[in-house]
Amino acid sequence: MRIAFEKRESVSHTVRVLVPLVSLVFALAFGALLLLFSGANPGVAYAAMARGAFGSSRALAETFVKAIPLMLTGLAVAVAFRMLFWNIGAEGQLAMGGLAATGVALFVSEGLPSWSVLPVAILVGTLAGAVWAAIPAALRAYLGVNEVITTLMMNYVAILLVSHMYHGPWRDPAGYGFPGTARFPETAWLPRLYGRAHFGLLFAVVAAAVLWFVLQRTKLGFELRIVGENPEAARYIGIDIPRLMLVAMLVSGGLAGLAGVCEVTGVMRRLQQGLTVGHGYTAIIVAWLAQLNPWAVLLVGFLLAGLLVGGDQIQMAMGLPAAVGLVLQGALLFPMLGGALFTEYRLRIVRTTPEDVGTPEELGLDEARS
Amino acid sequence: MSVPLLTSLLSITARAGTSLLYATLGEIYAERSGILNLGVEGMMMLGAVSAFAVAFHTGSLVLAVVTALLVGTALAAVHAFLSVSLRANQVVSGLTITLFGTGLASFLGQRLGPGGTRLVGLVGPALDRLPIPYLSNLPVIGPSLFHQDLLTYGLYAGVPFAAWYLYKTRAGLYLRAVGENPETADAMGIRVGVTRYLYTMLGGALAGLGGAHLSLAYTRGWTENITGGRGWIAVALVIFAMWDPLRAVIGAGLFGGINAVQFRMQAAGTTVPAALLNMFPYVATIVVLVAITWWETLRKRVGAPAALAIPYAREEKG
Repeated sequence: MRIAFEKRESVSHTVRVLVPLVSLVFALAFGALLLLFSGANPGVAYAAMARGAFGSSRALAETFVKAIPLMLTGLAVAVAFRMLFWNIGAEGQLAMGGLAATGVALFVSEGLPSWSVLPVAILVGTLAGAVWAAIPAALRAYLGVNEVITTLMMNYVAILLVSHMYHGPWRDPAGYGFPGTARFPETAWLPRLYGRAHFGLLFAVVAAAVLWFVLQRTKLGFELRIVGENPEAARYIGIDIPRLMLVAMLVSGGLAGLAGVCEVTGVMRRLQQGLTVGHGYTAIIVAWLAQLNPWAVLLVGFLLAGLLVGGDQIQMAMGLPAAVGLVLQGALLFPMLGGALFTEYRLRIVRTTPEDVGTPEELGLDEARS
Repeated sequence: MSVPLLTSLLSITARAGTSLLYATLGEIYAERSGILNLGVEGMMMLGAVSAFAVAFHTGSLVLAVVTALLVGTALAAVHAFLSVSLRANQVVSGLTITLFGTGLASFLGQRLGPGGTRLVGLVGPALDRLPIPYLSNLPVIGPSLFHQDLLTYGLYAGVPFAAWYLYKTRAGLYLRAVGENPETADAMGIRVGVTRYLYTMLGGALAGLGGAHLSLAYTRGWTENITGGRGWIAVALVIFAMWDPLRAVIGAGLFGGINAVQFRMQAAGTTVPAALLNMFPYVATIVVLVAITWWETLRKRVGAPAALAIPYAREEKG
């Protein structure tokens, strides 16, 4: 007797919905173990997390504050992953976006008409993210350099550069030695919607809509999908893969850069510690849980932001490590990854009697013979 | 360059390169079997925290090292289960291991101290340097290469062994066959799935060991982000080494050397900002990777195992 996978005739939609639900249950169960280990009642802790994240309009606003960078970087990662370009560099692209926007807000804003400061900061920051992403894209497209490593190494470079700037050259001289730049002029503030939740939310929604349209309805989106699903076929029908890679990564880096712009102009209104807190890595989880669908990225981004905010809450209220939120995110993805197989296959227990060990074809022997 | 300076640079290089080389060797085994493991960073992280916690509470370094080996193996088993049995995307699975391992290590670092307190800042037993008699009296290489801890010495045997195992033994041949052409290996009667499980887990054990060296010998204690991306540099070093254990030594030496120079410059009170010095290993990784990829493409040599990161399923034939 053995266990075999049998291909389903069509993708099972039941499984598609079931897998994320099972993943959530698994993650919560694993987290409960950790909470027990910390000497906390999991039920009480989870209730406190939920209340802290979604329980009041104030809590919701904070969850949106966290959700905005997750949505934008999640979209960024999803675009790149669509064509199997493993952009692990959203964190660094976000940092560069924030850094460039800070440069505009602090040093260029006075020479600009006040209405134009914010649009220029957004544009420059987005471009900075795009350029930072274009470097590994070009290296992969034209030289074949492994992008997982280059995007990742560039994160460390960007994070160190940002930290160097607000500790050193850009530090606020009137800040009593506190590491951070001066506060931005009001012309460079991204307007807020409610609490600290800001306009970036609209950017995320518009970006998701545009991406969805491009991916579903345009030639570019079609090409991206083909490259992701079958690179051989893509080459065969004459798609210029290097060019497409550059375009996808410019978009990806731009979105991550925009997330950085929103963080500095919408939330912190200065550059200081806390710009790079791992959103670019969580984005990978967001994108994969959302199965690279732009609308789903918004939803998953919001839910994972709830986990993070809830994690912070239980740290403050119950003295539990906030890392619980991080561990839960990882634990969410494992069953999700494993479960993907079951949307296309079903498990079957095969009795191996001598008669049905399989035809030569099934055993892969026909190739050996020919 | 003066002799004492050279000796000191060489000594720091060997010390800093040890964890990198363990992780790189482990990844070479895994990738040779066709499994891309991007979870190295997470495995090192969890290996480091568990080794230090065990050493601190039991006082036993042997137990600490064994724990790190087991923790690395366990995480790698999860990766093997997802990528071999469930044919999950290996890039995403490895990334998840790293995110999960980093998160869990950070959590444990805040909980495993005495009475559920933080591990940060605690001092525990450490792996001491054991000079090898006679050899440590040699000029330059004596006080540097033969005045190290046992884990570093382990590599002096582990690297030649890996090279011999891969190229000269039947088991090594089978391993390479599984990574290059699983269909043929399968037809030859080699159990592809089992092989991939075993070497992925061996790779995880070695990554855990690398992590243990960080917390028991290199930094002597637990700090958040103790690995500083070494797991990722190890993945890059595998490409640099073209999946060859002996060439991995050059790579790890290079990066250990960068650490040594950085260390000396900081100690000498340079005017170069610390952030720029700290960037150096990461920029160097990119530059080296670009150079090596370009060079190998020019020579039309493809070093990666042909079936790397491709799940194998017998049923899908034809």
